[in-house]
Amino acid sequence: MLIKKPDHIKFSEITTQSDYLRRRDFLKKGLYAFAGLGLSGIAEALVKAPGKNPAIANLADAGFSVDEDLTPYDLVTSYNNYYEFGTGKSDPVENSKAFESRPWHVVVDGECEEPGEIDIEDILTGITQEERIYRLRCVEAWSMVVPWVGFPLSTLLKRFKPTAKAKYVSFETLHDAERMPGQKRAVLDWPYREGLRIDEAMHPLTILATGLYGELLPNQNGAPLRLVVPWKYGFKSIKGIVRIRFSEEQPQATWNMNNPREYGFYSNVNPRVEHPRWSQKYHRVIGGGIFSSKVKTEMFNGYADEVASLYTGMDLRKNF
Amino acid sequence: MSNRWRAAGIKLLLFLLCLLPFLYLLWDAFNGNLGANPVEALTHRSGDWTLRMLLVTLAVTPLRRTTGYSLLRHRRMLGLFSFFYAVVHLTIYVWIDQVFLWDEIVEDIIKRSYITVGFTALMILLPLAVTSTRGMQRRLGKRWKSLHKGAYIAAALGCLHFLWLTRADTLEPYIYIAVFVVLMLLRLKREQIPGFLRR
Repeated sequence: MLIKKPDHIKFSEITTQSDYLRRRDFLKKGLYAFAGLGLSGIAEALVKAPGKNPAIANLADAGFSVDEDLTPYDLVTSYNNYYEFGTGKSDPVENSKAFESRPWHVVVDGECEEPGEIDIEDILTGITQEERIYRLRCVEAWSMVVPWVGFPLSTLLKRFKPTAKAKYVSFETLHDAERMPGQKRAVLDWPYREGLRIDEAMHPLTILATGLYGELLPNQNGAPLRLVVPWKYGFKSIKGIVRIRFSEEQPQATWNMNNPREYGFYSNVNPRVEHPRWSQKYHRVIGGGIFSSKVKTEMFNGYADEVASLYTGMDLRKNF
Repeated sequence: MSNRWRAAGIKLLLFLLCLLPFLYLLWDAFNGNLGANPVEALTHRSGDWTLRMLLVTLAVTPLRRTTGYSLLRHRRMLGLFSFFYAVVHLTIYVWIDQVFLWDEIVEDIIKRSYITVGFTALMILLPLAVTSTRGMQRRLGKRWKSLHKGAYIAAALGCLHFLWLTRADTLEPYIYIAVFVVLMLLRLKREQIPGFLRR
């Protein structure tokens, strides 16, 4: 059986924003040169939308992709860890059907000059949403490849003018047991909380996602707004965000509070640091079928070129 | 109908009932009904049925005590089905989940406590299955009975295996533990119950 080893894409190999904006010039020139060449292969750079949710308009292809195959839409949207809608993998899709993700407001406060409450529509005004195809590695040793739609978290954070004291950014999921029935049981200490160091939050790979497969996020995937940090275990990518806070101290994070021995604050994907109850050296690719082999897990989920420098000099065994 | 025919009928019915979860699992596997993570589904479902069969086996005596209905002559089969599901569970883990990554398997058994106890439970069940025949029962005499008390330990370790592998929602493993504890309490003879608890 052939196991595809992911190629490391260096940052320099990824199309820059300015090149991207000039892509039509490039195409036109190409067309003049090869008048007979069809456009089809290039025009379909964006992932085909399955038509399950409203499509997101004016989507840009920011050139973030991976060599592995995309995880089929049906699997991405039916196998979810979202305890707010139940602890089974198929609970979220079942129990989130009635969830209304609009209207939606996000409170942004803490160590910033212009704290406030912002409507989801205002967040999206004037922002070009991009398609970002990222690997997702769950702490439970399985993985997917998801074509997210979103924008860099830094774009939003900068609007609130974080001060020099803003060393960390924390996030909270909606806490409303009427709308999120899984919260009726105290399986976790609600609301779900997560946090990043400010440099991690400002990193260009860190995005806020509003969609996947070119369409609005299904409820079970964290509608209307979720974090995606592709080099960290999936649980760091908090869903259904209603609050963002800048702080000087390291914030609380739900799984870290629940079991600090098993889930560190950083939770970077790291095959050398095992979860106390299972190995992190290998993972199973969702969609591979019953007889698919496990795949070797890469440091930082294959994004080491981009993010390793954030952790220079840190002992990642201690700061796991 | 004669008693012998009735017993044979019950035995066949029980046999088919016990086999049904396995056939259902095979059916789902061949028809691609195991969801996004079929390996996890196979592992969980075979594990669930191992534990359920063990508890059913341990329920034979309490059932007779409380209702008078005896499945004693079928207990061997129930016990062997527990072992069968345990072997299926292990096979899925070694072959389909770890795909014979022996280093990982050995590391799991040594270092991950939930796998250590699960594997121990299976190692306890193995000699019970081997000595389950009438001939072995006769040959071992009194020792057979004490050896087969290992079933209690295997079931307890099985419950612990489930509890320890759970990430946060421990409701389900605690239901199994509660059933196990009730079944154990129902086995106690009058003189084993402390005086103040006796009716």
